Amino acid sequence: MATPYAVTTRTPASSVAMIFGLILVAVLFAAPAFAGRGTIQDLFFILTMLVLAQFWNLLAGYGGLVSVGQQAFVGLGAYALYGAVILGGIDPVVSILIAGLAALVLAVPTAFFAFRLQGAYFAIGTWVIAEVARLSVAQWRAVGGGTGTSLPRDALREMMLVDWIGEAFDVRASAARDILAYWLALTLAVATIAGIYWLLRTKRGLALAAVRDNTEAARSVGVDAGRMKWVVFLTSAFGTGLAGGMIYLQKARISPDAAFSVTDWTAYVIFIVVIGGIGTIEGPIIGVLVLFLLQSFLADFGTWYLMILGLIGIGVMLFAPRGLWGLISERTGLQLFPVRRRLTGGPLMDKEV
Amino acid sequence: MIWVDTIIQGVLLGGLYALFAAGLSLVFGIMRLVNLAHGDLIVFGAYLILVVVSVLGLNPFLAAIVAAPVMFVLGWVLQKIVLNRTLGEDILPPLLVTFGLSIVIQNGLLEGFSADSQRISLGALETASVSLGQISLGVMPLLTFASAVAVIVGLNQLFYRTAIGRAFRATSDDPTTASLMGIRPDRVFASATAIAMLVVTIAALYLGTRANFDPNIGPARLIYAFEAVIIGGLGSLWGTLAGGIIIGVAQTLGAAVNPEWQILAGHVAFLIVLLVRPRGLFPRGG
Amino acid sequence: MAILETRGLRASYGDFQALFGVDIRLEAGETVAIIGANGAGKTTLMRSITGVLKNAAEEIVHKGTDIGHLPADTIMKRGVAMVPEGRKLFPSLSVEENLVIGGQHKGGRDLGDRIDSFLSRFTGGPDPMEPAAGHQGTGYWSLETIYDLFPILRERRHNPGTALSGGQQQMVAIGRALMSNPDVLLCDEISLGLAPVVIKDIYAALPKIKQSGASVIVVEQDIGQAMAVADRVYCMMEGRVTLEGRPDEISRDDIHAAYFGAAV
Repeated sequence: MATPYAVTTRTPASSVAMIFGLILVAVLFAAPAFAGRGTIQDLFFILTMLVLAQFWNLLAGYGGLVSVGQQAFVGLGAYALYGAVILGGIDPVVSILIAGLAALVLAVPTAFFAFRLQGAYFAIGTWVIAEVARLSVAQWRAVGGGTGTSLPRDALREMMLVDWIGEAFDVRASAARDILAYWLALTLAVATIAGIYWLLRTKRGLALAAVRDNTEAARSVGVDAGRMKWVVFLTSAFGTGLAGGMIYLQKARISPDAAFSVTDWTAYVIFIVVIGGIGTIEGPIIGVLVLFLLQSFLADFGTWYLMILGLIGIGVMLFAPRGLWGLISERTGLQLFPVRRRLTGGPLMDKEV
Repeated sequence: MIWVDTIIQGVLLGGLYALFAAGLSLVFGIMRLVNLAHGDLIVFGAYLILVVVSVLGLNPFLAAIVAAPVMFVLGWVLQKIVLNRTLGEDILPPLLVTFGLSIVIQNGLLEGFSADSQRISLGALETASVSLGQISLGVMPLLTFASAVAVIVGLNQLFYRTAIGRAFRATSDDPTTASLMGIRPDRVFASATAIAMLVVTIAALYLGTRANFDPNIGPARLIYAFEAVIIGGLGSLWGTLAGGIIIGVAQTLGAAVNPEWQILAGHVAFLIVLLVRPRGLFPRGG
Repeated sequence: MAILETRGLRASYGDFQALFGVDIRLEAGETVAIIGANGAGKTTLMRSITGVLKNAAEEIVHKGTDIGHLPADTIMKRGVAMVPEGRKLFPSLSVEENLVIGGQHKGGRDLGDRIDSFLSRFTGGPDPMEPAAGHQGTGYWSLETIYDLFPILRERRHNPGTALSGGQQQMVAIGRALMSNPDVLLCDEISLGLAPVVIKDIYAALPKIKQSGASVIVVEQDIGQAMAVADRVYCMMEGRVTLEGRPDEISRDDIHAAYFGAAV
């Protein structure tokens, strides 16, 4: 019997992945009930790095905009949160939104400058702007200038939901804050992946792939490459700012050198995406797990750890440019987040296409 | 009078930045490759000179002459074995590979030399100065500036007066047609990077003798070099010198107002030029 | 023995096969024309012979040596020079520099060759440079003799190559290829886009080129021009040779059939 034609992006694997993903998210949400504080902190690290990686991947892997200055938005978001809490007396959880908005607002002039530079020069241009942001924030005395500052104890104590979490899980306030930060990070990570997946499947997202593959050709079929760049850049800045706010809410202590660190917020993120597989949603997920494992084994070796990471990154880029996920999907044809539309059904389609 | 002095110091500092930038500019001009590890390679060169000075007990200038062929071969091998594989339409591989290289070099140096500040000592030359009326100019800053001018003259001669310069320009125009002329683009690129590393060695000599350095200062040098190149306009070495001078003057003026503003002032000058003249001050061609 | 020969040459761009077993032969001293419509595979054939397009081994033979696997620069150094389609002058180089660069890497082994040759001892691969040694060419061509061939170039020697008219650019491209004193000269569509009077000027140089000792392959869409200059003609269609013969042996109808594939 012939089924009717249908255009779909779904594959059997993606349906299984969706169900498995929902179960995984549910388990992760319940994790504070059975996992210790150390595990929660590890998971928080993984989730926030995953968010940063997904947004950098959106920029570089899909948008062709290789930024080496994402630390600008981590730092600006984090400092906006500290400013809102310390100077505005706003609840830290609410201030996370302010962190995202601040990064979004500052992304506008950043893009204005950086988009004047092409390709590789765009990369260094974003780096310059991140440096300007770092040096400027270091002049902001109210949040500690060059030496940095801590979140006030009062603000942390009165933070929304913390009391409730503390009672529900019977933990101290500091552990309750970690749980709250973890839940927020999990929500952000799920929203990020769902949001990017949705964006890539819209008409606009398909246009994005066209722009990445060939700006000229995309323009000739009416894709506005310039506008897509703005959409991608601003979206990434917003998400990166949210993550930056969360990271420093959890750390409760900030300094310009840490918050605008190119190693912590851009180098690791690039390695996550490159090792996992650039230009895929699955890649950063695999990459962040690889990074976490490497860190667990090698973190004691300090500089060796980064050197090995750098060498792995170079090796992957040279010999398997589509990363670990590229290797996996090449061998198995697996796609957990398919974006390509396929024609199914119809008279000839009872066999798999 | 203090302002005149400040500006002259800035101009001379610009010579150092032009030296940082010349190698970057050379490589980009020939193969459109932006090497994000450029600053780290300069720092690596400074450590190499430091080692030669301390092991062989040589004068730093002689040590640089010893280091130069090592850096030359290193550049050749790096390009031939690693970077040539990254060239192509896609900008991701060269950027990500050189970024990885930057991290590897930095951490390799940290492992080998620790994060402590180092300096290559020049003895009395460090503080020597000549007086011009009321203005006193350091001999080392003057030497740096003169070296920058010499490097630019030399590179221009190489580019426009020699067979290899012709091969550079032809390969830059069209590698496929160049190969029909008996030129192997891979080798031209390797030679270009090797020559850029000679310039890097000169830059490293002045980086290491004029101020303290440690393994982490590479990226900042890359950024100054990059700003000088963009301000000057892509493809113009004299423009790069002008760009270096603008960054240098902006930094010394900023520092004169408030020492904390030195670096920031240089970046702001760059952003202003980018705003007013997005293609730089002396863009080549149309 | 033929100076240049292809034996069952196949070539592809990715999944798209462009040549299906092409056999052509160029005897020493001969001028051979290759004609065919757009997309017949003529330029692909040139790109294969010059090594710009990577080939399987043993499908192209130059002076008795398999050159199918060699890189383009090595093939050029052996004495196979090319006037590429579209002239492809180097915009950054003056007219004279464009000519000089054509001859500066001719023959022998340069330092890069020696290094690669040295490294191949350790990597175990074949020495990719060996066949490059020894080509000296006829030694006839130099800047002076090129300027005698095309006097206008002497006047424009310091202009940027791309500032010249189309015909003059074509003269530079031919001169650039001759500067290596090749024994095989490949000319890809040298009359394309030029006025008839200019084409005449350019083809007027052909006897002199033959006299200098080069054997020539011209790729032409202009059948009349090809028949006028060639000792033998190959016609290609859809990646295959469809006709071969001496201009006086083949009729217009033969050519028409071979060119368009349709019976007349």
